[in-house]
Amino acid sequence: MTGEQIIFLVVALFTLGSGLMVVTTRNLVHAALWLIATLFGVAVMFALLNASFLAVVQVVVYIGAIAILFIFAVMLTRKELRDQGPQLNRNWWLGALLAILTFGGLFALLQGWSGLSKTASAFPPDFDAVTALGNALVSPDAYVLPFEVASVLLVAALVGAVYIAFNRK
Amino acid sequence: MSFWKDPLKVAADWLTGILTGWGMPEIAAQILIGFLGVLVLLSLLMVLDILLVWVERKVVSRFQSRIGPNRVGPFGLIQPFADIIKLLIKEDTTPAGADRVVYNLAPILSMMSVLVLWAVVPLAPNILGVDLNVGVLYIIATGAIGTLSIIMAGWSSNNKYSLIGAFREVAVMLSFEIPMLTVMLIPTIFAGSMGVLAITQAQNPIPNFLLSPLGAVIFLIAAIAELGRSPFDMGEAESELVSGYNIEYSGMKFGMFYAGELLHAFTFGGFWAIMFFGGFGLFGLENLPGLTWLNNPFINVATLLVKALVGYWVIMWVKYTLLRIRIDHMLAFNWKFLTPVAFTLLMATAFMNALLRGTPTWLYVLGLFLTNVLVGWISLEAARAYSRREREKVEGVKKAVEVSHS
Repeated sequence: MTGEQIIFLVVALFTLGSGLMVVTTRNLVHAALWLIATLFGVAVMFALLNASFLAVVQVVVYIGAIAILFIFAVMLTRKELRDQGPQLNRNWWLGALLAILTFGGLFALLQGWSGLSKTASAFPPDFDAVTALGNALVSPDAYVLPFEVASVLLVAALVGAVYIAFNRK
Repeated sequence: MSFWKDPLKVAADWLTGILTGWGMPEIAAQILIGFLGVLVLLSLLMVLDILLVWVERKVVSRFQSRIGPNRVGPFGLIQPFADIIKLLIKEDTTPAGADRVVYNLAPILSMMSVLVLWAVVPLAPNILGVDLNVGVLYIIATGAIGTLSIIMAGWSSNNKYSLIGAFREVAVMLSFEIPMLTVMLIPTIFAGSMGVLAITQAQNPIPNFLLSPLGAVIFLIAAIAELGRSPFDMGEAESELVSGYNIEYSGMKFGMFYAGELLHAFTFGGFWAIMFFGGFGLFGLENLPGLTWLNNPFINVATLLVKALVGYWVIMWVKYTLLRIRIDHMLAFNWKFLTPVAFTLLMATAFMNALLRGTPTWLYVLGLFLTNVLVGWISLEAARAYSRREREKVEGVKKAVEVSHS
């Protein structure tokens, strides 16, 4: 086993374990903190895949903004920070069945896939992933249309949020 | 001779030779040396942090016409060590009803968020932790961990004041992150890279504060808010919240917050120097024919540290001169003034940079400088017109009230 595989296994276990704690802990603020740990594990996964841009953006957006807002919402809206109700509802067996089927299906599919045994080719010496990503986002041959559509959608959401929050005198 | 050119590599090769001589596999030796490098850097930073306590206390006393610590050792130099001994032997209290794990984790995260920043600080071209190609975003991402530590401290202390302090501080940090990231994209435009080393090297010989003086000012304001220092010290606000988010911490746990804040201020002084004042470079002096000996890693490290201290001094100067601003004014200032100005400046800089590329250097520098002056002047005029209108509204109401009373 190479060092990278060991790191991958440790980080994967950490991520899955924190994800499990998010849904099992009864303290809502702890659940939010475990969620941050999960998101951080995903960021480390991106870093292991040489996707440094995605790793850092994962931390900035998910931990720096979304998770902090989660904590704010939990603290400001709940009087009681402990969840008292039952943790499972009547459909738990359906969810478990779907999860097992999805996992089994993916497992069976990937058994026959040849990509698992290949090693990734090394980057060319002066390859800069961030530059390549930036060029791809604005080049007409690549992703300029989805990028612009997403930008328009975000601006529309921003304008909508300002309109709803605007205080009419 | 080569030790003076590339000290880290020589030291690492020497250590690798010794360790492999003991029969250690090469890869294990390299991992061990990597850890040793981190340990040495962190130890030096912590020792520097101890001295920063003394620097801070001496400088604040000068601003307030006092002498400052002068009893323990020459010029009070031993005072910070006395402080540390005091902090270490103080009783370590935990409030009843505190969330123990989160409560103890918060000061560690607070210190960590500062220390990991130094992974990307280029002390010299060949003395740096790692040359990330997303360095600018990395700086913002570590700020997210700092924000997290403050809200953890405020919530887990189970104290009203600390929770209010944490809420305010996090609101300030989240909102001032936006103009900060925006102005950090201006050096990125000039360098064509988000790597901190590339940004430093692109400023030889013209430092970015000539190309973007307004950007440098906005970065300083946003950095002071990010540090939670006066006039933006909403999280601590001694006179109203006692001590804000760290009120329940005693001993070395409080010391971690305090030392973290000082080192954070020094670090942001360093980033101000790296982003806008050429980092470890000497403004092109090292290119002159007789002065190429200045291209030495040791001189580079000293240059960056001196520049960082100057930036730290400016941050202290602001802190001990200005009064605290009310929280709603502060947030309104950010969202209604600083953020739009930063966005406008970024767009204007990108446009002028594309337009003037290829022109003679003096025209390029002058054009970008005048763009900054123009953006700053227009935004100040707009702010002045707005405040005049608001003031007239209030004065109109006052007159009406006076008329009805007379």
